[in-house]
Amino acid sequence: MTNGAMKKQSLVERLQYIDRRIIFAFIAVAVIVPLLIGAQLKEKTTPIVQAMFDNVEGLPEGSRVLLSYDYGPTTAPEIQPMVDAMVRHCAERKCKMYMMAVWATGHNLTGETIEGVLRPDFPDLEYGVDFINLGYKAGNQGLIRLILVDFKTMYSTDANNIAIDDFPMMENITSLRNFDLIVSFGGGFPGIKEWIQFAGDPGNIPIGGGCTAVGAPNLYPYYPSQLVGLLGGAKGAAEYENALIIAYPKYEDYPMAGMSLMVSQTVAHIVIIFFIVFGNVLYFILRARGMTKEGLGGVR
Amino acid sequence: MRRTFPILITVVVGWVLIVADFIPHKPFGNLGDDFALYFDIIAVFAFILGGGNLFRIHLTKVQKKKKDWPFSIVTLGGFIVMLAAGLFKIGNPGGIQGDVAAVGSLFNDMYMQIFTPLQASMFALLAFFVGSASYRAFRAKTTEATILLIAAFIVLLGRTPFGLWLTSGLTGDMSFLQLPNLTDWIMDVPNLAGQRAIMIGIALGVISMSLRLILGVERTYLGGDSD
Repeated sequence: MTNGAMKKQSLVERLQYIDRRIIFAFIAVAVIVPLLIGAQLKEKTTPIVQAMFDNVEGLPEGSRVLLSYDYGPTTAPEIQPMVDAMVRHCAERKCKMYMMAVWATGHNLTGETIEGVLRPDFPDLEYGVDFINLGYKAGNQGLIRLILVDFKTMYSTDANNIAIDDFPMMENITSLRNFDLIVSFGGGFPGIKEWIQFAGDPGNIPIGGGCTAVGAPNLYPYYPSQLVGLLGGAKGAAEYENALIIAYPKYEDYPMAGMSLMVSQTVAHIVIIFFIVFGNVLYFILRARGMTKEGLGGVR
Repeated sequence: MRRTFPILITVVVGWVLIVADFIPHKPFGNLGDDFALYFDIIAVFAFILGGGNLFRIHLTKVQKKKKDWPFSIVTLGGFIVMLAAGLFKIGNPGGIQGDVAAVGSLFNDMYMQIFTPLQASMFALLAFFVGSASYRAFRAKTTEATILLIAAFIVLLGRTPFGLWLTSGLTGDMSFLQLPNLTDWIMDVPNLAGQRAIMIGIALGVISMSLRLILGVERTYLGGDSD
């Protein structure tokens, strides 16, 4: 478009072709400012998250919960809050926690939970007795299928290369069928779907999941028959944290990562909605002025 | 022979594993599990093959000074340093026997201080693109676009406490119109129906492709045409 043509454009037409950097600036402010303020926003727990919470809450003391870290740093900001909340809940229920990863990038993140949640908040819990880090093994869904039948074929040592039989909590663990609940975090491949297909269904083991918000719609078909509950994105984490606070009021004033993220998410959603409405108002004004559908664009 | 032998392996293994699923007795009973173990062993070697391939390709690129070769130096540097930190467990509090990802090890420090922020930043950029794409794409130009726009509007608002606050006045018989409830309905009904249809379609596609493979009809996975 030439300069001459640009000059002839009305304000509405110019706004129609708004520079995308303006939108980027609005989104940046919407996300960063709430994070800097550090506010928290409570979320009403939806049935799909409440089902997950109730399942963990219903586990008797000493139940075995396998937590699979099937994600990486890309989605960690969204998924780590739900992992922390669930680990906190499992610790409150005095469950035995078994951490593993079918993603190579998930192994390092197990340390985040151990050093960030278990060691500072539950100092009485003992490694090898109450929780264990089994680390990462290659094989994707092949690994899941194999440990359904024989766990110790693949896991003869923990992540520190200490013989698995040296740990009291590994006694009587021969296959995935010995676990009371398996929770996979991460909606990619391999992830929740593979845990359902290769462990949950053939082994009749309850499977729970936590994934990114964009991955959640793909997993809804598995709930409730094949998936006991699902946490989707920061909202899922915040909902789980809310359920945790209701059940354990001592967490009322505790900093919850999911609830903090919800403030940013809420403001960012409002900004996006504003731009959508704004864009459509401009669109209909220009259509009323006789411009064709094809002539109406959007962001440059 | 280069094509016949791989086809023969695929056909035999495919049929044997299908038959094994219906015969829970030796030698068929454990075949599926045995093959899962073979798969895991091969998967480990795939890492060596993949790493070697990455090294060879980028080394060649640097040697021949091909387009963007300086980036290959960064790739090789990152690969070698990370590999050495992991293999020799440099700075690992547990020594050579310790967990490769132990807190305090060089491997974990690089993972947490370099890899994690880089990857998280890349993913975070999506928020900006979603923002500008929403402005560009969500125009009520057609009936379909309008339906999409309304659904997006409800889900965007319904996924936040603001949506609940906005419609909290709708109580009693009208409570189903609260935005979070409408969002749940969109996720549970139209989304579920669509997702199930896609999943069933994919499953049927996988079955037909598997049948083509084990019957030897599908041969594209073998590569070139020459025998």
